[in-house]
This record gives sequence, C-alpha cells and structure tokens, in this order.
Amino acid sequence: MQNIVSIKKLSKIYDNNFQALNNITLDIKKNEIIALLGPNGAGKTTMISIICGIVIPSSGSVTVDNFDILKDYRRTRSLIGLVPQELSLEQFEYVFNNVSYTRGLYGKAPNPSLIEKILKDLSLWDKRNSRINELSGGMKRRVLIAKALSHEPSVLFLDEPSAGVDVELRQEMWQVIKDLRNSGVTIILTTHYIEEAEAIADRVAVINKGELLVVDNTSDLVRSMGQKTLVIELHEAIQTLPAQLESYNLTVLNNGLSISYNYDSSSKQTGITSLLQDMKETGLKLKDLKTEQSSLENIFVELVREN
Amino acid sequence: MNFYAIRAIYLHEMDRMRRTIGQSILSPVISTSLYFIVFGSVIGSMIPELDGVSYGSFIVPGLLMLTLLTQSISNSAFGIFFPKFTGSIYEVLAAPVSSLEIIIGFVGASATKSLIVGIIILLTASFFVELKIQYPLLMLFLLILTCLTFSLFGFLIGLLSNNFEQLQVVPLIIITPLVFLGGSLYTIEMLPEFWQKVSYFNPVVYLINGMRWSFYGASDINIFISVVSLVGFLVACIVGVAIVISKGYGVKN
Repeated sequence: MQNIVSIKKLSKIYDNNFQALNNITLDIKKNEIIALLGPNGAGKTTMISIICGIVIPSSGSVTVDNFDILKDYRRTRSLIGLVPQELSLEQFEYVFNNVSYTRGLYGKAPNPSLIEKILKDLSLWDKRNSRINELSGGMKRRVLIAKALSHEPSVLFLDEPSAGVDVELRQEMWQVIKDLRNSGVTIILTTHYIEEAEAIADRVAVINKGELLVVDNTSDLVRSMGQKTLVIELHEAIQTLPAQLESYNLTVLNNGLSISYNYDSSSKQTGITSLLQDMKETGLKLKDLKTEQSSLENIFVELVREN
Repeated sequence: MNFYAIRAIYLHEMDRMRRTIGQSILSPVISTSLYFIVFGSVIGSMIPELDGVSYGSFIVPGLLMLTLLTQSISNSAFGIFFPKFTGSIYEVLAAPVSSLEIIIGFVGASATKSLIVGIIILLTASFFVELKIQYPLLMLFLLILTCLTFSLFGFLIGLLSNNFEQLQVVPLIIITPLVFLGGSLYTIEMLPEFWQKVSYFNPVVYLINGMRWSFYGASDINIFISVVSLVGFLVACIVGVAIVISKGYGVKN
C-alpha cells in the first residue's frame, strides 16, 4: 500500500534541552488507521505537532503525499486536519461560524452545505447557532473534529480523541473515525487507551521516551509478542503439583481446582502435548481446557517497562 | 497568496469587534467625548487661541492620535494574544498560511477597527468644537498610516507577551505618557526650553504634529519630518515582526 506520510530520522530537542523525539522513522500507509501508543510525555504530541507545522523539528524530514512539510508546507498542510488534545476553542464564538472560519484558513471557498453535512454527521447541527461555551465537553470535542474536517483533509490527526469522553461518546467517536477511514481518510491517532487502539487501529506504533519501540499490525503484534495461557480445570482439587510437572512452571489456581500454563504460541514447540501427556501419566483428571491471549495492554506495559 | 485565509482571519477579527461593540467602539468614543467636554468646551473657553485656532479645535488631532495609537496597539495585541491564550492559535499555525498572510489578516482588521473608531471620534468632535481639515487627503493618509503602523506594533507586543500584564505594560506605561507629553494638549513652544529639547526625543511628537499640520497647516514640526518618522517607525515594526515571526518566537516551539 502507498505511503501517505513518511517520517525519516526525526528528532526534536526543545530549548530546555529536553529530547522529545529521537531519530524516529515511520511510514504511514494511505487509508489506514494507525495508533501512536505511549505513556504521557512519550513524544506523541510533539511528533504530530511537527507534521502539522506547529513545532519546528531539530533534524530529520517528513513528507506528506511526497511533499516536504517545510519546503511545500502549503500543499502538505492543506492535506492535513488536526484535532488537538486540548479543547482549544474560542468560547464566545458560534459553532457554524467557527467551523467555517477553519475552512477559510485552509484556503477553501465558503461551502455552507458541506459544513451543514459535517455538523449533521457529528450530531452538531442543532447546536450550529450556539456559542461554544454553551456546549458540553463531548460536543466541544466534536466541534474540533468538525473544524478539522471542514477543509476535506486526506490525513486526519487525532490527538487523544477520547480523553475525558464518556464510554458512550467514545463508541460513537470510534464509529465516526471508522466511517472517515471508509471515506478514504488516513487516520493517525495518539492515545494511551490501549482498548481504543485495539478496537479501531489497523496498526500500532509504540513510542516511549521519544523512541519508536515497535510498529506492527495490531493483530500481528498481539500474536507475535503476546503470550498465551492454557488454563486447565481439574475434576479434583490438588494440594501440590506432582514432581513430574515441576519443569512446566505451572501456577495453581482456584484452590487447586485449576492450573495455568504460559506458552509462546509462535514457537514450534509449545509444550502443550507433552504437558497433557505428563498430566495423564500423573493421574490427574481434566474437566475442561481454555486458552487466553495476553492483551495489547500487557504487551504495551512490557515494552515500556523494558525500554 | 491564500486570499481565503486572509479573508477568514480578517472577518474573524472584525467579528470580535462586533461581539464586543461596547469595548471596541463605545468606550473610546465616550472617553474622547469627555476630553472634548472638559478640555475643549469647559477649560478651552478660558484658554487663548493656539496657532490661530481655538483650544478645543487645537486638541482634536492630539486626542485623535491618542485614540488611534492606543486602539491600534490594543486591538492587534489582543487579536493575536487571545488565540495564544486560549490555545486556538494552533489552527492558524497548522493552516497553509504564510506569516505575511497572518499579519495582513490580523493587522488589517486591527487597523480597520482603529480607522472606524478614528472616524467616529472625528464626527463626535464636530459636535463639540469647530472642525476644519485643511488637507483632508493628507489627514486620511496619516490616519491610515498610523493605524497600520501601530497595529503592527501591537501585533509585535501580542506575539511577545506571555501574560495579560505584559500585554498592558507598553500601552499603559509607555504609549499613554508619550502621547500626553507629545503635545496632544499643548504646543511644544509652551514648554521651558529644556523640556522642548527633551520632547524632540519623543517619537509621538512627530506623529501628533503631522496630524495637526494636516488639520490646520501649522505645527511645531515640519510635515515631511513627521511623515518620514512615521514611515521609519512602520519599517521598524515590519522588520521587528518579520524577525519574531521567522524565529517562531512566542507562537512556535
């Protein structure tokens, strides 16, 4: 798939000598949803601020649709929509006017029917003549999305889109994001809600301390880096594990009625067959079996801890 | 040139004036009217003519300049500072807009607002004193040039300010005293010789006298020196804003 954003050896050192980004290289594919995961202060916002033109990079280069963000800033910025993390809105303005203002900033002729469609899609049409300070937090966030979409961008950056948003609205926002992707928009979102990345992202990039730790398809990452756990339910409770099973590093659960076994699903030999064989030999009777996949959250925590 | 962006910024800023009509229009008109009532009609009736015009008429150019300078500075300083304060500056920075286009939008709107206020003040003055403008085209030229120059200066202040206090320091502590001591209510000749010499170091003296010359054909300073000093200050402001914007100081990290 064609790349829409290419980041090469991007670094940023702020005036106070804080290194926010360190030699980041990342390609973002056209029409994908990519989640940038990382703890607070990891460098996610700095990265998207550089691509959008708000922060000046210290070194490295970024292209959007093969145009350099510094040399061809007019072309690149007109392709990009940005939804910032903070609810940065002028509180006394009216919703419709404010969204139209953003369209003008991007060099587009006024298009009231398009603004009407965007506001309707985001359930804001009823509030078009309301002042922004009369809106709830969730509505303000949708106004920010409406503003970012007002000039019909092909790349949309969402910086923590669901921060401070209730569960219902978060689900609605995920649907909006999926619909946008289906309409041809490439979505780059930063989040520290792992479930958000798991729910909507095609790929995830984990950033910590300004460094890119891993980039992979969400499902592949879970499969390749995640451990699986086999939970075996027994007919009768056991007090201690038989000596024959000690080499498997089993954990006794549920007052001796279950045991769990961690294994690497990508390995050629998982050890499950020999475990079951040995259990049979020790006379343990099995009642049920189930496997559990470790979540993206476990992987994320592990990656960040190692870094 | 991104004309739609310039138009968007300009109309957005003009809309702010509409929303704050009391602060933008009424406040300067009321305070200037009070000057005319107190200094022009009440005290002025007891003061002999200066440069051949009544005291009430004499102070019109000075009071007009006082308003233009303070309004131009505060309009544009607030115009750029407010989005910095609320954080909404991000969308201007992220838009495909050049620094020049941003300046034209913000400064153009600020200068327009000041021009509107200036014209309203002239109309208000005509209710209190006899108003004669000997060189109306020159007066209009100086009016527009002053609005643009000091809007640019205000834009620079807004860019560099990090809080509301810094935003107010230059207009309140520097500009207002310079205008009052710049011959807005008297001629330089009325001062003792030492203070006359000191006054020539006050740049506002040249602006007020230039405006006064366009009204009455007489002033303490040669009109060409006044116009050249105003243009010089405009160039200094353009260079200052260009340097600050190019370095991203105050808005970009």
